[in-house]
Amino acid sequence: MREMIISELSQALHEIARGFAHFLPRLIVIVILAFVGWVIAYVVKALLRSLLRLIKFDKLSENAGASQLLTEAALPSATEMLSRFVFWVTWLGVILLGVRALGILGLQDQIARFFLFLPRLFVAMFILFFGLLAASFFSRAVLLAAVNANVPSPRVLSLALRSIIIVFVLSIVFEELGLAEQTMLIAFGLAFGALMLGLAIAFGMGGRDLAKRFLERRFVRGKKEEENEDELSPL
Amino acid sequence: MKLAEETFLTDDFLRQLINVGEVDILVGLPTHNNAKTIGSIVQTIRSGILRGFPRERAVIINADGGSRDSTPELVTGVSIDDVRPASNLYALRTLHSISTKYASSPASGAALRTILAAAELLRAKACVVMSPESVNIEPEWLSKFLRPIYDDGFDLVTPTYRRHKFEGLLITNLLYPMTRALYGLRIREAYPPEFGFSGRLGSQFLGHNVWSDGTDGAGVELRFTLDAIAGGYLIGQSFLGEKAHVERHAADLVPALRQTVGVLFSALEPDFPVWSAVAGSQPAPTTGADHEVLLQPLRVNRKRLREMFSTGVAELESVFQTILSPSTLAELQRIARLGEEDFHYPAELWVRTVYEFAASYRKSVISRDHIIQALAPLFRGRVFTFLMENRNASAEDVENNIEGLCLEFERLKPYLLQLWTSRE
Repeated sequence: MREMIISELSQALHEIARGFAHFLPRLIVIVILAFVGWVIAYVVKALLRSLLRLIKFDKLSENAGASQLLTEAALPSATEMLSRFVFWVTWLGVILLGVRALGILGLQDQIARFFLFLPRLFVAMFILFFGLLAASFFSRAVLLAAVNANVPSPRVLSLALRSIIIVFVLSIVFEELGLAEQTMLIAFGLAFGALMLGLAIAFGMGGRDLAKRFLERRFVRGKKEEENEDELSPL
Repeated sequence: MKLAEETFLTDDFLRQLINVGEVDILVGLPTHNNAKTIGSIVQTIRSGILRGFPRERAVIINADGGSRDSTPELVTGVSIDDVRPASNLYALRTLHSISTKYASSPASGAALRTILAAAELLRAKACVVMSPESVNIEPEWLSKFLRPIYDDGFDLVTPTYRRHKFEGLLITNLLYPMTRALYGLRIREAYPPEFGFSGRLGSQFLGHNVWSDGTDGAGVELRFTLDAIAGGYLIGQSFLGEKAHVERHAADLVPALRQTVGVLFSALEPDFPVWSAVAGSQPAPTTGADHEVLLQPLRVNRKRLREMFSTGVAELESVFQTILSPSTLAELQRIARLGEEDFHYPAELWVRTVYEFAASYRKSVISRDHIIQALAPLFRGRVFTFLMENRNASAEDVENNIEGLCLEFERLKPYLLQLWTSRE
């Protein structure tokens, strides 16, 4: 009985040792791959960071309003964020390529899906960045036009336009990523509808004053004269 | 005849120019729906040519931006006979009058380019561009512009006017002091509605790369003046008399800023070697008065100006944070909170504001057009202070105030240079 136990145990140990001996080279290869991948990812990150600093990507991101979002979320600058993102994607990509080459069963499909997802992730990030840039540009244009035309509540108008563009961009981003498409569609519809309803109510409420001013300008003589007072030619 | 510009001139226009041959005097008249005024202006121009240049070969070139009120027909329809009976004048040469449609919508740049190209093709010695809005034009204006060029070798003659003390505030509070401080020449009207120029200056400017910047050439007359100063051309001024009042509205401020401040800011980059080397300023040779000021009372809604300034400073804080230094913005926010009686936008702060805007424009911290638009509410604040300071001022006091502002622009020029050359 005792001998049987010892025999089984030694056989099990032999199996483990053989399995480990069989796995060890792969482990070493994976470690080497991870190290090589880290070096490659680090170099790519350093190059990308220099390039982004050269083209003043942080300034662009600031103009897009992305920097503000990052600061509010206590995250590093846009250059740093993108550099780190590319670092991790590169490192993970090299490791996964190595693992795939080692032929470990069960991981093949997952790795293939990861690589298929990467282009969509980049496109989504591209859309998000330029969407934020467009939201920032157009909301600022509305703000300046409203201030110079002496329209009441210019910041509300600007913020409303910014919100509409951002909601629209986010819905495209989620659709691109294929994440909860139905939920996002419904959420977008609800948010957009609510925003439009809010704007319609606000316009109706604010319109009272506008209509009042219009009627005053049209029918009250004194008011009309006052409006014409400051026709100073700038040139 | 040189046909370098045939690409944008129509065949019909070129044919008419060839029929004219070479000329001594060219009068350019850019128009767009000016039927109400153009007839009398063309008659006055013709009268001016007959009086001042009866022996010279002359032509009137009308560059029309798609008028729908028969303006071109009115220009070409005015004959010598319309002028002669009244003024007893006789032409020794044929006075040609040609009209061409450069586009179906008005664009001052395209109009000037057409006139410059015609001047080059006809080898005109002296040219003048007249505004179709100058309803008080006199025949003597032609001689005032053309004689210094034709006889004395000047290359550019800009006008000076008799103006109301509160007219042209963008010129007196920004354009004149800043061009004077940076370029070193005291040109009162650097953005002239009418001006004279030599053929060689016109040809030089025609070759410039300012025609395809996507702005429809708005403010190209200012660029023309700045180019002449930067190029070392001989520039003079002629006093014309009272400036015709053109009806404008408060909404015209932003387009006016684009045409003047936008053009000035964009010129600073290529002209940096010129203006960075200039210190102080010199008066430009002037025929007649340097300026004259009218003082009759004028009703102005000052309250609205101050309110638009205060609203602008509050609402555009995020925009100003990218353009202005923290100290300038803090000072603006402080004065924006002041009541009407205490409100004062001092000259030094105004100059710092303008210089910081110019540096931000160069660095494109945000869209350049947004930077120009953001200046509008601040300009209204400065206008409010100018109106208050000069409410009861005499002509001499007004001139002293403008001179003081000019000197402030000159004194703070090193600040602009510092901003210009700093990396961030």
